[in-house]
Amino acid sequence: MNKIFLVARREFLTRVQKKTFLLTTILLPLIIFLFYALIIYFSVNTGSTLNIAVADNANIFSGQIDSTDEVHFTFVQNETPESLKSKLDAGIYNGYVYVPASTNVLHTDSIQLISAKSIALLSRGRIQDAINKKLREKKLLTLNNITQSQLDSVQHDVAVKFSTVRGNEDSDTKAGFSYAVGYISGFLIYIILFIYGTMVMRGVMEEKVSRIAEVIVSSVKPFQLMMGKIFGIGAVGLVQFIIWVILVNGLFILLPVIFPGLTGHAQNLPVQPGGMAAAQATQNSGAFNELMHGLHEINFPLIIGCFIFYFLGGYLLYSSLFAAVGSAVNEDPQDAQSLLLPITMPIIFGIVIMTKAVNDPSSDLAVFGSLFPLFSPIVMMARIAHGVPDVVPYWQLAASMLFLILGFLLTTWIAAKIYRTGILLYGKKVTWKEMWKWAFRKS
Amino acid sequence: MPLLELQHLKKYYATQKAVDDISFSIEEGTIFGLLGPNGAGKTTLLRMITGIFFPDEGQIIFDGKTFDPSNDIIKIGYMPEERGLYKKMKIGDQTIYLAQLKGLSKHEAIEKIKFWFQRLEMESWWNKKVEDLSKGMSQKLQFVTTVLHEPKLIILDEPFSGLDPLNANLIKDEIYRLAKRGATIIFSTHRMEQVEEICDQIVLINLGKKILDGSVHKIKQDFKENKFSIQLSEIPQYNSGSAFEVLETKDHKLTVKIKDGFKSNDVLQYFIQQNVNIEAFHEILPSLNDIFIRLVESTHATTRSFQKVEA
Repeated sequence: MNKIFLVARREFLTRVQKKTFLLTTILLPLIIFLFYALIIYFSVNTGSTLNIAVADNANIFSGQIDSTDEVHFTFVQNETPESLKSKLDAGIYNGYVYVPASTNVLHTDSIQLISAKSIALLSRGRIQDAINKKLREKKLLTLNNITQSQLDSVQHDVAVKFSTVRGNEDSDTKAGFSYAVGYISGFLIYIILFIYGTMVMRGVMEEKVSRIAEVIVSSVKPFQLMMGKIFGIGAVGLVQFIIWVILVNGLFILLPVIFPGLTGHAQNLPVQPGGMAAAQATQNSGAFNELMHGLHEINFPLIIGCFIFYFLGGYLLYSSLFAAVGSAVNEDPQDAQSLLLPITMPIIFGIVIMTKAVNDPSSDLAVFGSLFPLFSPIVMMARIAHGVPDVVPYWQLAASMLFLILGFLLTTWIAAKIYRTGILLYGKKVTWKEMWKWAFRKS
Repeated sequence: MPLLELQHLKKYYATQKAVDDISFSIEEGTIFGLLGPNGAGKTTLLRMITGIFFPDEGQIIFDGKTFDPSNDIIKIGYMPEERGLYKKMKIGDQTIYLAQLKGLSKHEAIEKIKFWFQRLEMESWWNKKVEDLSKGMSQKLQFVTTVLHEPKLIILDEPFSGLDPLNANLIKDEIYRLAKRGATIIFSTHRMEQVEEICDQIVLINLGKKILDGSVHKIKQDFKENKFSIQLSEIPQYNSGSAFEVLETKDHKLTVKIKDGFKSNDVLQYFIQQNVNIEAFHEILPSLNDIFIRLVESTHATTRSFQKVEA
């Protein structure tokens, strides 16, 4: 163990001390951040105005909802849902709200908003705020002697349900974020497997080509050399990842400072007397907080914990295979390309299954992909984001983790045997068939 | 007591018998030459001695006990023929790293490296990278990393390749000094003149088999052909006697072969009787090079052919 540590320490230190490490570690999150900042900047200033028709048959809005720059409410009379729908198609309105005549303002929990196209997240927040503000006024006006339950009803927000004209219920914020988080983390693991896997392979090739391998294996066992390299580079990846998480979090905290407009109208609210002020502030807090609220719905400690587990598990499983390929390659890097194919194929399969799993996390394919150790690091992340234990039962998570550990032990065992032979073999072009023989012959 | 004893070592690959039943022993404190043409099985043999390969059959006794690679490896220093260092790593750090892999603490390592660097005038290299060194310089560094941890057994595979005569002598002196201090040295090469000069004992292998074993002196005696060189003040008219035959005449120098049943004194007596002044007389022993070529050629295989091995 001591020697594995020595090897790992060298691998870690030589990489961390390189200038490229600092550059990628610090620049990459900055680029990602700038990218997001640009997206947010443009989505805040969309410029176009949404025109929403309101068919208020119960007169719960008293004929007026405050319009803003981005959302304009037009009250219409004598319209049926069908006639409104045809007007959506004609492009007169972007969306409509239809309130049936039987609606009682005090007992309304939700209001349906149907739009031609899916409405952006930030606009949804604004619409919700505008409608709730109006309803609150209206509710207060209808009450004379306020009972406790009536007061609750006033403070209770009406949920605006968004759906498109084609009838499919738009995923709410949480589903949207689960999708994004699942997709991004699955994709990140995919990239990590490639980046750090090839880093391991290059390291092994370097040792073989520079002929230091034989010097080293006269001091340490080939297995120790291989594991040391894998652990060392894994530690580099982990440190890099942790720095990224800290940097990205830091930048997100800075985000409101850079874009004060996002939270602006929450802070500019006139101070109202009594307990209402606090309620108002939280309810009216605007689009940015809507975004943050969506983020809070997701169990980040679990996601980050699982991410680190699957990142390490997947890395350990694949990197030993990458090391085996590196040991079989001679001076010609072209050889590596063809030998890599059997390793890159499952990773690519993994990402294909992941794109399916993120849409339908409970399908058979997704469950299989998240259990099979060659795919699970990528696929499981897409499923976990949708929630544990509602989408991913605990037993599946446990089984997936167990299989991944077993898979890692198996690939390492096979790879170590290939590595041991390959690292000392010079000048010969090796095929997969031969590597297979090395792996399974009796030693 | 021998430091290392090989007993019937065998290692078969898929297409050839790399090492086929080789036994010999090496006394402590000697300089031992392992000779053989390319592909004879030297590297495979050395890899078994250094614990990189396990023998298919046979036993290695190291320091009186069965060789246990995980423990004994730190008592061995191996400089392989295919050698190299991390190109981008600083020389000081790299040497410390290699010494730590051999079980030295960082503190010990630094102390010993300083000693050796001073000795071989390498102090200014500490913060340089290996890629800045010439081939000869990195060879010197490689030698230092091999002997740094004061191994009992030092294995040097072609240690002088790429060294200029000055540096080669420097390393040679270090090898003598290490042997004098008790280290046993295995020296693998096909440069025979170096072997003749340095080694006490040699083993010659070819096609995975041992074909010669003994001290340099004894082997030369075994292979001598009773040839003598005589330098005379003048060449006599008639110079063939019953005791010898003249192989070559050059200026005042004769090369003679003494016939069976006669001794060198018979030759001298002949010329004394002729009243010719003898200026020099010495035996011509075969060089190891000649013996090497003769033996390897007689096995009818200077290069290996691949064959199917039934293990």
